[in-house]
Amino acid sequence: MYSFDIETPKTVADAVAALGKDEAQALGGGQTLIPSLKARLAMPSVLVSLAQIDEIKGISQDGDVLTIGGGTTHAEVAKGAGSYPALAALAANIGDPAVRNRGTIGGSIANNDPAACYPAAALASRATIVTNNREIAIDDYFQGMFTTALDEGEIVTAVKLPIPEKASYQKFEQPASRFALVGVFVAKYADGVRVAVTGASEEGVFRWAEAEEALSGDFSAAALEGLTLPGDGMINDLHGSGAYRAHLITVMTKRAVTAAA
Amino acid sequence: MPKDHGIGASQKRREDVRFLTGAGQYTDDINVYGQTYCVFVRSDVAHGKIVSIDASAAEAMPGVLRIFTGKDFEGVGGLPCGWLITDKNGDPMKEPGHPVLAIGKVRHVGDPYAAVVAETLQEARDAAEAIVADIEELDPAVDMKAALASGAPLVHDDLTDNLCYDWQFGTDTETVDAAFAAAAHVTTLELVNNRLVANPMEPRVALGDYARANDESTLYTTSQNPHVIRLLMGAFVLGIPEHKLKVVAPDVGGGFGTKIFHYAEEAFVTFAARKLNRPVKWTSTRSEAFMSDAHGRDHVTKIELALDADNNFTAIRTDTLANMGAYLSTFSSSIPTWLHGTLMAGNYRTPAVQVNVKAVFTNTVPVDAYRGAGRPEATFQLERLVDKAARELGVDPVALRRQNFITSFPYATPVAVEYDTGNYVATMDKLEEMIDRKGFEARRAESKARGKLRGLGVNCYIEACGIAPSNLVGQLGARAGLYDAATVRVNATGSISVMVGAHSHGQGHETAFPQVVAEMLGIDESMIDIVHGDTSKIPFGMGTYGSRSLAVCGSAMVRATEKIINKAKKIAGHMLEASDADIELKDGQFTVAGTDKSVAWGDVTLAAYVPHNYPLEDIEPGLEETAFYDPSNFTYPSGAYACEVEVDPETGRVEILDFAAADDFGNVVNPMIVEGQVHGGIAQGVGQAMLESCIYDENGQLLSASYMDYAMPRAEDLPFFKVDHSCVTPCTHNPLGVKGCGEAGAIGSPPAVVNAVLDALNVGGIKVDHIDMPLSPHRVWAAMQG
Repeated sequence: MYSFDIETPKTVADAVAALGKDEAQALGGGQTLIPSLKARLAMPSVLVSLAQIDEIKGISQDGDVLTIGGGTTHAEVAKGAGSYPALAALAANIGDPAVRNRGTIGGSIANNDPAACYPAAALASRATIVTNNREIAIDDYFQGMFTTALDEGEIVTAVKLPIPEKASYQKFEQPASRFALVGVFVAKYADGVRVAVTGASEEGVFRWAEAEEALSGDFSAAALEGLTLPGDGMINDLHGSGAYRAHLITVMTKRAVTAAA
Repeated sequence: MPKDHGIGASQKRREDVRFLTGAGQYTDDINVYGQTYCVFVRSDVAHGKIVSIDASAAEAMPGVLRIFTGKDFEGVGGLPCGWLITDKNGDPMKEPGHPVLAIGKVRHVGDPYAAVVAETLQEARDAAEAIVADIEELDPAVDMKAALASGAPLVHDDLTDNLCYDWQFGTDTETVDAAFAAAAHVTTLELVNNRLVANPMEPRVALGDYARANDESTLYTTSQNPHVIRLLMGAFVLGIPEHKLKVVAPDVGGGFGTKIFHYAEEAFVTFAARKLNRPVKWTSTRSEAFMSDAHGRDHVTKIELALDADNNFTAIRTDTLANMGAYLSTFSSSIPTWLHGTLMAGNYRTPAVQVNVKAVFTNTVPVDAYRGAGRPEATFQLERLVDKAARELGVDPVALRRQNFITSFPYATPVAVEYDTGNYVATMDKLEEMIDRKGFEARRAESKARGKLRGLGVNCYIEACGIAPSNLVGQLGARAGLYDAATVRVNATGSISVMVGAHSHGQGHETAFPQVVAEMLGIDESMIDIVHGDTSKIPFGMGTYGSRSLAVCGSAMVRATEKIINKAKKIAGHMLEASDADIELKDGQFTVAGTDKSVAWGDVTLAAYVPHNYPLEDIEPGLEETAFYDPSNFTYPSGAYACEVEVDPETGRVEILDFAAADDFGNVVNPMIVEGQVHGGIAQGVGQAMLESCIYDENGQLLSASYMDYAMPRAEDLPFFKVDHSCVTPCTHNPLGVKGCGEAGAIGSPPAVVNAVLDALNVGGIKVDHIDMPLSPHRVWAAMQG
């Protein structure tokens, strides 16, 4: 680690002000940033911790829309998102207890790791990303791995998720990191189905349009028979080729549909 | 009733009280007044010429005491290799220098070329980043076959190629060729034994201290064998005589072989402490461990088996490339040769066995012993090969093994060793019962109904522990003796300190060794403590590796205790006015045979130190004895292992459902500790078979350089193990009849896992001959695609 100053604002307004400082960096749960700092891969002069801002924590529900504060930990989502069981199950299976007790949904959504779980849930659930100064529709939000529509210094204060009729997240774990080698989130709404895939693409989380179309007509694994994805553009690394990941997407999508149905 | 005392009792490990309550004292817990901190600057290229190193800016930074480079080590000894291999032409192996800090070239990612010593760790890190090195990147030799091709980049410019040695061993070529020519069937298999990183929970640490007033150096280090480090570093690297050099290895958080070796960092902190007259501490980060701890395995092998028309094995021939990495680590040269070739007969009476090994230098981290060290490689080749032969011949793989078992002992193999004892039929019988082999087809059908492929894999293993005797290993090129030593110090009131050369870093010596002495003397274990890990406290020791501690050091302890008993009987005889030949020792009482005259252990020990009524004319006061023990042969633990798996054909994911291990360890001192050792060994073996893989890219960059990409086994990857050690053929040549159990699990388990997966896949006309480890979902799926 290099030395840095730390600020612990209690309000979003104070956090935004602190992030205006030179070389300032927001710190959510720190599950990505702290290891980067320890490896001296990042050199912020000021870390602005969001951990003490109560107004961005907690889970509430208004009709069919679940709102989760950006500072809410995975463990709290696992426990508190009972009205959206697929999301609670996803949160309960991120990392290990230490990660779940520190890591936050806002941090995950802001980081947009190409193998993280939450981006798939948000994209499949037609989420709206709420920040300190605007609301961003999820289809406009993710812009390639580790890239989002967030501006410099913008904070994810909440994620709004319309609760689907049926949903399931199926994660096939990378053997070392236990991140998603391929993760597929399927969400069925009255007016259609969304299928979001994480872990697989070089472009980060994406929607599988052909599967969505097939499932919107017939929400069954059988409806996916014969649908394939090309291995080109999929991540090819120590743990799996692009072709393997493409294959796993079909398998995990079918399993998600079966589990949800 | 199971025993609760002495040999055979499952006593709880007394050392766990401090380990589990955070009271362990590890090297990094030791801090010395005036301590400074050291950071190494390591190569980020696999191969490069050091054009210049400019440390001027770094030297001027706050807190920096001095910056060292390879220039400071010109004229200082290099890190030595402890075993000279003679190749098949009678020439010595190539033994290029291994400087403490790189001189002229860097040869692997992680090779240290500079070191900063500063007042604080933060200052040392900051200064390390300010060093400007001009390193001209050279083409690396990474893949072993490519490294041996003509025109390959030379890892060492003073050599003509990258071949360390070309070794041949066992039956002569003419005989082996004739056996293959006459064979009714030949099975051939090419396979890789994957490179591993040991990853002990505690990374390496070294703290060098120096007392200028009496010219004494102390090295605190994470070592499995402090005396070996004192010998190697003192005599070969830094030129410090033993009486001026103390090496302390306190609690060590796992070794697995990778903490046997003498490392550059140990020599550096000792050297720098003398130069600066300040203590110098280095603590490895996990990232550094990946690129500086010696790696394990990394063999590429072609193995062939010849069988006659009745399926009897007639010949085995192997051809192996063994990766040495960029430098020869301490015992690296012996692993693919004497610890590998000598095991190639396995459990089978094959009349002709020939082993060929080419050791290759590459621009990678040095490779050396890792749990099992050569024996897992031998077992994996042979047991995969026998399984493949059974499939090709359409015979039962267990029946084929049984048919070829060695059944009479002693048995001299064609690869030099003589197995003193064993009963391979008994362990296989036990194994088939433990795994319910008869019920397997029903379980396979049940899995199939759920869309899963079930497989059962079985294999045998033989290993050689307690490598010895010294005069033989000396002829084979070992540059050290392989005995061990123990001092039994009986105190005046009868309590005992036993100073042992074996180091305990998870093996439970502090519990098991006292059980032996307690059994011999008939006193309670609580009266006995073990002292280890400090060259100033123990007489000598060759350390802990190769499952040798109880068989070798334990034997020394028995011999020393026998001397104690002999002397104590003389004292007791004097006190009881009887001949010492008539004195019996039982339950801590010395009795004149056939009488009720007796004297207690504590009265005799007190007499030894308060010799008022004592045979001073015949024997000296005091009660302390030392013994060195040099075994007459290896010990040969053996056993049979089985693994049952289920493969998800859609994803290639393998789940281990059941695992059974039937071992013959000879006599067992503490069954619970033995079972724990087997559990740990299986976990690491399953790790190798299913998860772990150290991968370099073609540029020599380490791709699996953190836990994000290097998969360690976790509890959820493993079933509850069934382990058994009730088949006992005691070792015939050591006083306890013990064989060693530390490595068996890691040796016996990888082929069981792979055999099981292949058994699962080879159904319904599908043919998969082999999958290289680790059997990741991707590899299994790819193999199923054909």
